[in-house]
Amino acid sequence: MAKQDLAGNAMGKLTHIVAYTSIVAIVLIFLFLFLEGAGIFRFEDPVHLFLGTEWQPTSENPRYEMLTLIVGSLFVTLGAIVVGVPLAVGCAIYLSEIAPQWLEEVLKPAIEIIAGIPSVVIGFFALVVLAPLLSQIFGIPSGLTALNGALMLAVMIIPTVETISEDALRSVPKGYRHASLAMGATEWETIKNVIVPSAIPGIGVGVLLGFGRAIGETMVVLMATGNAALIPTGFLDPVRTMTGTVAAEMGEVARGSPHYFALFMIGCTLFIISFGVNLVANHLIKREER
Amino acid sequence: MAERPIKISSKGISLWYGEKQVLFDISIEIFVNRVTSLIGPSGCGKTSFLRCINRMNDVIPACRVSGQLMLDGLDVNSQNTDVVDLRKRVGMVFQTPNPFPKSIYENVAYGPWVHGENNRSKLDAIVRRSLDEAALWDEVKDDLSKSAMKLSGGQQQRLCIARALAVEPEVILMDEPCSALDPIATAKIEDLMHKLKEKYTVVIVTHNIQQAARVSNYTAYFYLGKLIEYGKTSEIFERPREKSTEMYLTGRFG
Ligand SMILES: Nc1ncnc2c1ncn2[C@@H]1O[C@H](COP(=O)(O)OP(=O)(O)OP(=O)(O)O)[C@@H](O)[C@H]1O
Ligand SMILES: [Mg+2]
Repeated sequence: MAKQDLAGNAMGKLTHIVAYTSIVAIVLIFLFLFLEGAGIFRFEDPVHLFLGTEWQPTSENPRYEMLTLIVGSLFVTLGAIVVGVPLAVGCAIYLSEIAPQWLEEVLKPAIEIIAGIPSVVIGFFALVVLAPLLSQIFGIPSGLTALNGALMLAVMIIPTVETISEDALRSVPKGYRHASLAMGATEWETIKNVIVPSAIPGIGVGVLLGFGRAIGETMVVLMATGNAALIPTGFLDPVRTMTGTVAAEMGEVARGSPHYFALFMIGCTLFIISFGVNLVANHLIKREER
Repeated sequence: MAERPIKISSKGISLWYGEKQVLFDISIEIFVNRVTSLIGPSGCGKTSFLRCINRMNDVIPACRVSGQLMLDGLDVNSQNTDVVDLRKRVGMVFQTPNPFPKSIYENVAYGPWVHGENNRSKLDAIVRRSLDEAALWDEVKDDLSKSAMKLSGGQQQRLCIARALAVEPEVILMDEPCSALDPIATAKIEDLMHKLKEKYTVVIVTHNIQQAARVSNYTAYFYLGKLIEYGKTSEIFERPREKSTEMYLTGRFG
């Protein structure tokens, strides 16, 4: 008994230490990004930095304005959400409520496999297969567009959104379902009016984490979107994302140069966005538990 | 025994979960506008039988039923029977209160709404009538938009009764409706049952023998998947014909 207590106590302490370590790590990462990036304020004022649209770090008269990149990232990410979430949630509903056991056992691993595909492979597919296809379908010179990236990211977020939504749907108490069916509602009416609405907070968490996954994705957008630093006017325009910019340019900048600072500031901004999304997701989870 | 019209007539109902037979050849006639209680030790098949009446066993993939069960002229187990229609006629209240995480109003209006009623003033009237019949109206009338989850357990169970009444069923099945409630809430629901039978046919499963005696006109005693004895509650309690019934009622097993 005493021995068990001791072990429990040690485990408790250990989890505390681990929890605190991760908080410290998060703060340190943020500080690192921010301090490395803060140098940019000597070259670009905050209003231009975040709200200007000229990203020309290598021109005669360099400008480091991030809005184009932020818009580019949001564009592909929201596109991915619009395409991916209905698919993922549809899958989750089908798997949790309708599919027979055997089909579930086939589909579930298939979805997990998507999560395991290296992103460079998906990027390669976007570059070689999907882009030419899009250029043909829409009659545009290059298929390397926001749409191309968004479609690939949609595929990539499906496992995250599907898994979390499915968990949320499965944890809806069976009693709700039985009550609705016993009143003469059909299976479909029950899903639509009782089960999905009860699982909405959980599905919301899935969508937010999918958003975080998509906005942080680098390789696929770098390969798929054409990387033109222009504010897009539609999904058939190429875009340049924050992640793609950092990945493409970080290798070539001199440490301590304004360009270097600017890339770190982009990293810092990305960090804040993902952190914010995770905070909201956590808040939703907490509210659900109450 | 047939002194009033029969509402439900079960002829040779047997039920299996996979290979395991749980009900054996149950034949019973349940009378209109009466409360009938099903009693017996845990695991004897009361819930399984209750779920035969509204075909809720369909929800369990491994479950198989044979035999005939008639609701008035409707052959419940027939392939052609519309389950949606059947369940509109046979409402159910579950062991643990299971209101939807919606407002009180939405809970009660759910059934009629799902069946196509979307006239607001008609729904208002249905909600009012149902809550009234479930003896809950006075307690909640000032705040129908409050979440049902914020009601007490006893209130939640009466809300579930109101929700079932809202579709105007003919029969109400209750599976241990008071098992999660305190004595005061239980008393309220028992009072309610006396009123409900004026309009509905009520079948209740209960583990509380005194409750069966208090609320029901007829009592059916199940043991190991068989219907051992069925009759007027007063007769079953005063002069049980079977040894097993007597032992159960006097608390010597179960
Ligand atoms: N979904 C199911 N799958 C398999 N077996 C089941 C299922 N539901 C019930 N059973 C079995 O059928 C038998 C009868 O169960 P049932 O729930 O009808 O009994 P009960 O009389 O309602 O019991 P209790 O008083 O404990 O509620 C039990 O042996 C039980 O284990
Ligand atoms: Mg039971």
